[in-house]
Amino acid sequence: MFDQYSSAPDTKPEGPISTSSEWTFELIREYDEAIGELAGEFGLDTYPNQIEVISSEQMMDAYSSVGMPVGYNHWSFGKQFISVENNYQRGLMGLAYEIVINSNPCIAYLMEENTMTMQALVIAHACYGHNSFFKGNYLFRSWTDASSIIDYLIFAKNYIRECEQRHGLDEVESVLDSCHSLMNYGVDRYKRPYPISAVEEERRQKEREEYRQRQLNDLWRTIPKLGEEGDGVEPRRFPEEPQENILYFIEKNAPLLENWQRELVRIVRKLAQYFYPQRQTQVMNEGWASFWHYTLLTELYRRGRVTEGFMIEFLQSHTNVIYQPAFDSPYYSGINPYTLGFSIFSDLRRICEEPTAEDREWFPDIAGSNWKETLQFAMRDFKDESFILQFLSPKVMRDMKLFCVSDDDRDSEIVVNAIHDEDGYRQLRANLAGQYNLGNREPNIQVFSVANRGDRSLTLHHTQHRRRPLGKETKEVMRHIHRLWGFDVHLHSFNGDELTASYHCPDEGRDRAEREEEPMLVPKPI
Amino acid sequence: MSYIIDRRLNGKNKSTVNRQRFLRRYKAHIKKAVGEAMNSRSITDMEKGEQISIPTRDISEPAFSHGPGGHVERVLPGNKQFSTGDRIPRQGQQGGGGGGGGNASDSGEGVDDFVFQISQEEFLDFMFEGLQLPNMIKRRLAGNESFQVVRAGISNEGTPGRINVVRSLRAANARRIALTSSKRRNIKLLAEELEQEEQKDPALRDQRRIEFLRHRIEDIQARVKRVPFLDDFDLKYNLLVRQPRPRSRAVMFCLMDVSGSMNQATKDMAKRFFLLLYLFLQRSYEYTEVVFIRHHTSAKEVDEEEFFYSRETGGTIVSSALKLMRTIIRERYPASEWNIYGAQASDGDNWNDDSSTCHKILIDDIMPHVQYYSYVEITPRDHQALWEEYESVKALFPEHFAMEQIVDVQDIYPVFRQLFSQKVSA
Repeated sequence: MFDQYSSAPDTKPEGPISTSSEWTFELIREYDEAIGELAGEFGLDTYPNQIEVISSEQMMDAYSSVGMPVGYNHWSFGKQFISVENNYQRGLMGLAYEIVINSNPCIAYLMEENTMTMQALVIAHACYGHNSFFKGNYLFRSWTDASSIIDYLIFAKNYIRECEQRHGLDEVESVLDSCHSLMNYGVDRYKRPYPISAVEEERRQKEREEYRQRQLNDLWRTIPKLGEEGDGVEPRRFPEEPQENILYFIEKNAPLLENWQRELVRIVRKLAQYFYPQRQTQVMNEGWASFWHYTLLTELYRRGRVTEGFMIEFLQSHTNVIYQPAFDSPYYSGINPYTLGFSIFSDLRRICEEPTAEDREWFPDIAGSNWKETLQFAMRDFKDESFILQFLSPKVMRDMKLFCVSDDDRDSEIVVNAIHDEDGYRQLRANLAGQYNLGNREPNIQVFSVANRGDRSLTLHHTQHRRRPLGKETKEVMRHIHRLWGFDVHLHSFNGDELTASYHCPDEGRDRAEREEEPMLVPKPI
Repeated sequence: MSYIIDRRLNGKNKSTVNRQRFLRRYKAHIKKAVGEAMNSRSITDMEKGEQISIPTRDISEPAFSHGPGGHVERVLPGNKQFSTGDRIPRQGQQGGGGGGGGNASDSGEGVDDFVFQISQEEFLDFMFEGLQLPNMIKRRLAGNESFQVVRAGISNEGTPGRINVVRSLRAANARRIALTSSKRRNIKLLAEELEQEEQKDPALRDQRRIEFLRHRIEDIQARVKRVPFLDDFDLKYNLLVRQPRPRSRAVMFCLMDVSGSMNQATKDMAKRFFLLLYLFLQRSYEYTEVVFIRHHTSAKEVDEEEFFYSRETGGTIVSSALKLMRTIIRERYPASEWNIYGAQASDGDNWNDDSSTCHKILIDDIMPHVQYYSYVEITPRDHQALWEEYESVKALFPEHFAMEQIVDVQDIYPVFRQLFSQKVSA
């Protein structure tokens, strides 16, 4: 470590903050102050922290409501809770040490069972690492409003409870089920929405109800207008452009939904939007938090504020967190985002501080630059895909021994097409970045058209990515869409211009996974 | 700037509602599991919780995803021997799996069942759901064990914690009015006189009289003031009294045939049946007693241990048990106070001429007093005379008498459900 702090005289020649592993509230406060001060020196900009000490039961509750402090009631959260509780009680799983919520103030949960070292680790990781990421990263800044999320959750919970009282548990549950199955298709990727607060939301909800009904009536008008028929003009396709936000489309256009049902669709959509940045920045977010807990705590140790015992315990947890099993290990379950993110951020710092010739060739702009500024830049303006594409260095690829296999179902064998060597770096990096592209991970399905003159059926198009077909749950999801839409739903899967599969709901024996001889009356995509 | 909050004392069962929702949704699965568990369990842990397992595909939340096939490129860590251009034969039928890993993570094809635990309470809820005791429950004042504390107006004595402020102040007010009324009347009269004196022309005024009156008024006013604002005997207390609560009590008679023809397996089945009935009664009544009667040629009241485990055999005279039951009811369990349930298990073997005696005792002495009488015949063989006699009893008391045949352990729970299934009220 050759940063400027090592030469600065220690202004506070204090001893270690604590020597035992027991934590107390005073100690937590002291650690928080020490770590916060240090984070300030390193230039981390954070929301204020709200550190809440909870028991393991409460942690399980928090877990199963996807970390949200308030959540509406749904059986799927109960299922989640039961499986967490089970695994925990049977010792199959340790609970996460921390949960942190992207809100302002930033809420972090500490478990009472943790030792003092773990509490300090969590404070560094969550309260300063994640917190500064939430505040700094462009996706979070533009997609979520940290100050209003809790309000909105309360609004949603109350609204759904009211619906349950008015319309019955089963009704509400089935709509929520259907919405959940489309949760990943409830985001406008190219538009930036402005989240609003609960009070505002309630006020607007009334307006929306009236407005929606007007719109619908217009769209589904069945009385023909004079002179319209036979004037030779091709009726316009609706929607004019394919729509990627299926939930939004349903909320606005489904012919049979009641107003409260539309509101439920909207609530699920809003939550999907809230989680959207998190799904896209997992590697960066965890990497950033891990990098900072490591950096902050080692700096504390260097200044003599923590003991050697503390460091041993900390390093043990740290190495567990960033452990990456090899692909052929029984413990392998994909690339560990903590490892990948931590390695990239750590290597970025190394590139800035001790650049090699290779680094100067690969990263001419940042080799030798100020590491704190460079890391801030990397944290602020990227998401996983672009972050990996931009900053994954040959050294990290070598260290992790990354290699790329190509699995083509037309080929009888699997081909290793790039490994961690001079010829493979670029392809490896591009492929790994591609793995984190949400567009590649989830099938690209869009609303193509609505037969608003005919049987009111809804047609969706799936554009295949490298000929990858849809999974076997597709039929189930179709049923959910059908429930929301209320009329026939069709889904056509295209490989380029070629139609390879069609799904229908209700199916009446029309389903075909394979193309058959008879020609299909399906419009070609434009 | 940080706030540190201790939330450990906050509620920790936030997920209870969601858990209930989950159980509600998968009721059918859980009921099936409970039914199966009833058959396979050992008798001693009949009433514990249960592990429920639901096939994962039934509780999945579907979403659009990629299926197997097409062209997939994966980046994997931990390369040991591969170099660019290596070709690896496919393992298995599906793509992926190259080199051993890869596919496991993203296809998510877990086939394991979703397994979880339900508590004893929940288990019993599911076990007896939709069952009801066929006849009205009698409630009686019995013993002095259970009381209910109810309000019973106001009293003059009590503990400071029960002071009724409004009533106390009202009493004080009344006392003050009562104690001071004559004085205040006096004051009024004196004040009027004083006023008259002062109205007079200064020359005519009797200054001494005025002095006297002023003095007098002040004196009485001081006495009025001396009446205390609140006195000891003003205090009123809320009165609470304990009222005995009517409780429902039930007694269950277990009659079992232990003759030579009943082997250990048959007895075990009978015991399971009795146990189910016992658990069920316990849920419906606050207080349940059990009387065990075993019989071969003669009947005997025994304790539980002996009932199930003693080895004693002989011929079979069923009526002996019924006679004993009749006697016990007369002596200890007057039908006006007790809800009486009879459960009889037998293999159906009986002295032929005894069956008609059974019929007579049941109809004359037992059926009029019991809430419900159930008879299970544990036998794979054809019915004998006893069954036929009982069928004629059933014809007379269709509401209060039930009989079923059990062949093996699997039948017990369904038969039990059948005996106590909720009748749709006409």
